[in-house]
Amino acid sequence: MKVHLLFADTDFEFADADGFEAKLDPTQRSLVQDLELDRIFGVMSRGNAYIDTIVRQVIPRGLTSPAAIRYRQAVLRDFITNPDLAVDLYGVCVRSVEERKGNWGIWGRSSTNPTSILGGSVRELEMYVRLLKDLRSIALAYTDKVRSEGLIGFIASLEENLSDEYFETIEEHLGQLRFKEGVLISADLAPDLSGRDFVLRRPNETKTTWRQRLGIRPKDGYSFTIPPRDEAAAQALENLRARGVNLVANAVAQSSDHVQSYFSLLQAELAFYIGCLNLRAGLTERGVDLCFPTPTATAPVELHATGLRDASLVLHTDGPVFGNDLRAHRKTLVIVTGANSGGKSTFLRSIGLAQVLMHCGCFVSAESFDSSVCQGVFSHFIREEDSTMTRGRLDDELARMSQVIGVMGPGALLLCNESFASTNEAEGSEIGRQVVRALLDSGVRVIYVTHQFDFAESFYRSSTRSDVLFLVAERDAKGVRNFKIAEHEPEATSYGADLYVKVFADA
Amino acid sequence: MNPVEETLERAPGTALETEHRPTSPYTGLLFPSRDAKMPEVASSEAFVRDLNLDQIVEGIVAKREQPDYLRSILLAQVQDADVIRYRQEVFSDLEAPGLRRAALRFADALRTVRSHITQAAKMPHALQRHGWLLDAGAIYCDAVSEFGRTLDASTLLARALQGLRGYVERYRSSAPFVELERETQACKEAFGAITYAMRITPGRIDVVRSQGEPDYSAEVEETFERFSQGVAKDYRVKFRGWPGIDRIGGEVLTMVAKLFPDEFAQLESWCVRHRSFFDRTIRQSERELDFYLALLDYIEPLKAAGLSFCTPEVSQSKAIHVDDTFDLALAAKLVSAKAGPVVTNDFMLCGPERIFVVSGPNQGGKTTFARTFGQLHHLASIGAPVPGTAAALAIFDRIFTHFEREEDLVRLSGKLEDDLLRIHDILSMASTQSIVILNEIFTSTALSDARYLGTKIMERIIALDLLCVFVTFVDEMASMGASVVSMMSMVVPSNPAERTFKVVRAPADGLAHALALAEKHGVTYDQIKERLAP
Repeated sequence: MKVHLLFADTDFEFADADGFEAKLDPTQRSLVQDLELDRIFGVMSRGNAYIDTIVRQVIPRGLTSPAAIRYRQAVLRDFITNPDLAVDLYGVCVRSVEERKGNWGIWGRSSTNPTSILGGSVRELEMYVRLLKDLRSIALAYTDKVRSEGLIGFIASLEENLSDEYFETIEEHLGQLRFKEGVLISADLAPDLSGRDFVLRRPNETKTTWRQRLGIRPKDGYSFTIPPRDEAAAQALENLRARGVNLVANAVAQSSDHVQSYFSLLQAELAFYIGCLNLRAGLTERGVDLCFPTPTATAPVELHATGLRDASLVLHTDGPVFGNDLRAHRKTLVIVTGANSGGKSTFLRSIGLAQVLMHCGCFVSAESFDSSVCQGVFSHFIREEDSTMTRGRLDDELARMSQVIGVMGPGALLLCNESFASTNEAEGSEIGRQVVRALLDSGVRVIYVTHQFDFAESFYRSSTRSDVLFLVAERDAKGVRNFKIAEHEPEATSYGADLYVKVFADA
Repeated sequence: MNPVEETLERAPGTALETEHRPTSPYTGLLFPSRDAKMPEVASSEAFVRDLNLDQIVEGIVAKREQPDYLRSILLAQVQDADVIRYRQEVFSDLEAPGLRRAALRFADALRTVRSHITQAAKMPHALQRHGWLLDAGAIYCDAVSEFGRTLDASTLLARALQGLRGYVERYRSSAPFVELERETQACKEAFGAITYAMRITPGRIDVVRSQGEPDYSAEVEETFERFSQGVAKDYRVKFRGWPGIDRIGGEVLTMVAKLFPDEFAQLESWCVRHRSFFDRTIRQSERELDFYLALLDYIEPLKAAGLSFCTPEVSQSKAIHVDDTFDLALAAKLVSAKAGPVVTNDFMLCGPERIFVVSGPNQGGKTTFARTFGQLHHLASIGAPVPGTAAALAIFDRIFTHFEREEDLVRLSGKLEDDLLRIHDILSMASTQSIVILNEIFTSTALSDARYLGTKIMERIIALDLLCVFVTFVDEMASMGASVVSMMSMVVPSNPAERTFKVVRAPADGLAHALALAEKHGVTYDQIKERLAP
């Protein structure tokens, strides 16, 4: 029985709140920090810790094929049209977690007694049977309303696997497992002649009952009755019975776990879509344009956006956020130079964020966004402080770059924001040149924001590269920044003087 | 002598003698002749502790079944070159991994047999005693047969192992063993086929013949299979296994015995006929074999760490040499603690040379050298492989050592006298076939005294024509004639790969500094290309 709402052909692998942070690669943590994804996660989860845990795992691990992205987009479109379907299914999953907690006593399932493991697991399965019936009836009501391959498949799987006959079979087993007739256990003799390989048997439904069998000659069975008040023997008999039901208790407990893991998988996959619905509500409230991006193949490199906004900034600024357009067809390197506070970082973030959201199947805040898929989005942003307090800043920057290079491969996209600005321009440019040239030659795409003119200039002069796009943060003639980014050759100053004048004029 | 051995004794050769292989009379794995006496064991002598042989021996016997027996062989120095070679041959044959594995399995199985027999005696339920014994018998038969087959299929150069092969061959085809094997097999098969069923209701248990009822756990698993999400947690409760069975187990076994009367009768008759199946010569061979296996187990991790062992040539000659050798006790410690490389040494004496005078800086390995020299000769004398890639060593009658000890320093008064008395004892007991190792004696004496006494003692040693190592701080002793070879301990140069943290004057070059930093992090152009190469 498959969920397959996030992936067409595989289950979502996720960890709980305590476990997933540790599994994140340090570079994924940097990306969250650099793109200010925490703000996005906050709006998606609306304070729900579980949803937060899930979206934090789905989003940094983007899909890498256009088809996989389109599969998820289609499911999301269905949920946007039928939000109650997502909410109701999710509600059943939440109930499964809550009711399970109530089922087990203080010892939980850590019991060392197969008999109590068996009893608890049977009760749990009875509870799951009810919830599975609910799940089926909710889903079947939407059979004609959904369009996506993912949801059509999901509903079909429920219909196929959870038939009425199947529920009858389960209920029959659950009754049988109370063993009102006693237990029948087969065994072999171990080398020391003690019993071993205890297997619980379903009694044959023949006319001769086991009691009758005792009477058949030659004698076919013997019996032992425990003397009254022989506590030791009674205990030994109970131990033997426990050994006998050990395997079936295991099978039932595992079955119950399986059903539970089905519910938790479904809950996790739905949590992502619930998060998307929340994000959509938050962004729509701000009145910005949203669109489903068009993912294109890795080559030729495409990056074409109109009205692109930094969704994170949109959610946290009261004033208007300017949209930018960008056309970087067949450009593997984009270098952005220009005025400080000219919107370079915001521009870089808006591209990064849109790319990341596209990769997880979500909509983006743009009028249109066509982009090549990449093998992972990585970031290398300048940091105010040495992240470890044990190294110099350049040392720290180099270490972080090395970390990123250690995990990425050809086809990746690296976003650099003032990389190697912690040293002087000559050194920073030289290191930057070596890094960027090597990355390009290894098939990595780079978007590089820098005020280091030497770096930008050297790429501009080496006119052999037609795959480089130069952008500049614009300002108009009066020195007022309008937060527009446009194609332009690198400029030698960063307008620090402007900023100085502005700041001191205000004072 | 047990029945099997008696049978073999009465009819040596004749019908049992087979095929083309020459069968030498079997004299055990340690001595080539029946009347060889185990040499005296000198475990309390000073050299055992001074040379750290105690550490080596304890390391070898630890976790073995019969440590005292092994200790006695490991400490008994042999002067007969033929005995030494007899054992060396066994070590060489056991180099073949197949044979060694088979020997280990054999020893292991026989240990299990013994523990089963011990266990059987402890069983309160008579039927269980029989079960343990039968199982012991089955393991015994398999072990003997398998080891015998391996010996047959192996190319054996060792006289000891050829002898053992012959013995096992005769034993395996002897009537008692053939019968034991056949009846054990039959009994095992009969019991393996027994399956019964128990019906448990409150206060009562019924034991019946099993009727092939379906496995109910499997049915449950199958029903819920469609929810399966891969690996599931294991909820099976681990029931502590212990030998013996409880009240109910006993009742069940009694009922099972009634259900299967033929099988249980067969078992009882097996027990009457084969109660003492363990052959005494097999048992003794196994004990002797453990000497070889224990030693090989001890040196195995050292070999794995890249150290070499070799079979030394032994003779009365005092022209000795060894390549790439090391202190075995120290190496065992370093390797088990993963505490860095083991330094190896070469040494040789030829022509008139007899004496190593070792001097040089402290902490430079002088004492280790002295110990190594002694250990090598001791190991060679018990027939063991020695540390090194090639070695020729002398046969000796005794090893004498005198090492300065910390506790000696506590009581300085009279120490010089004690030292001299001890050395006097040594030199009066030593023959020209002895080895004497003197380590840092006279350190608490004035240099002029030390020089005088040292020279005097050296003259006596030279006169006795002893093999000797003399560790001393008195340089003059290293040039006392043709029989003396001077050895110096060297300060090991520091590891060139290690950073020096030196500060040197150099022209300021910022770019070079930054790029050096980039190189350190692996992010120069070439490094990145290399790292991202597909």
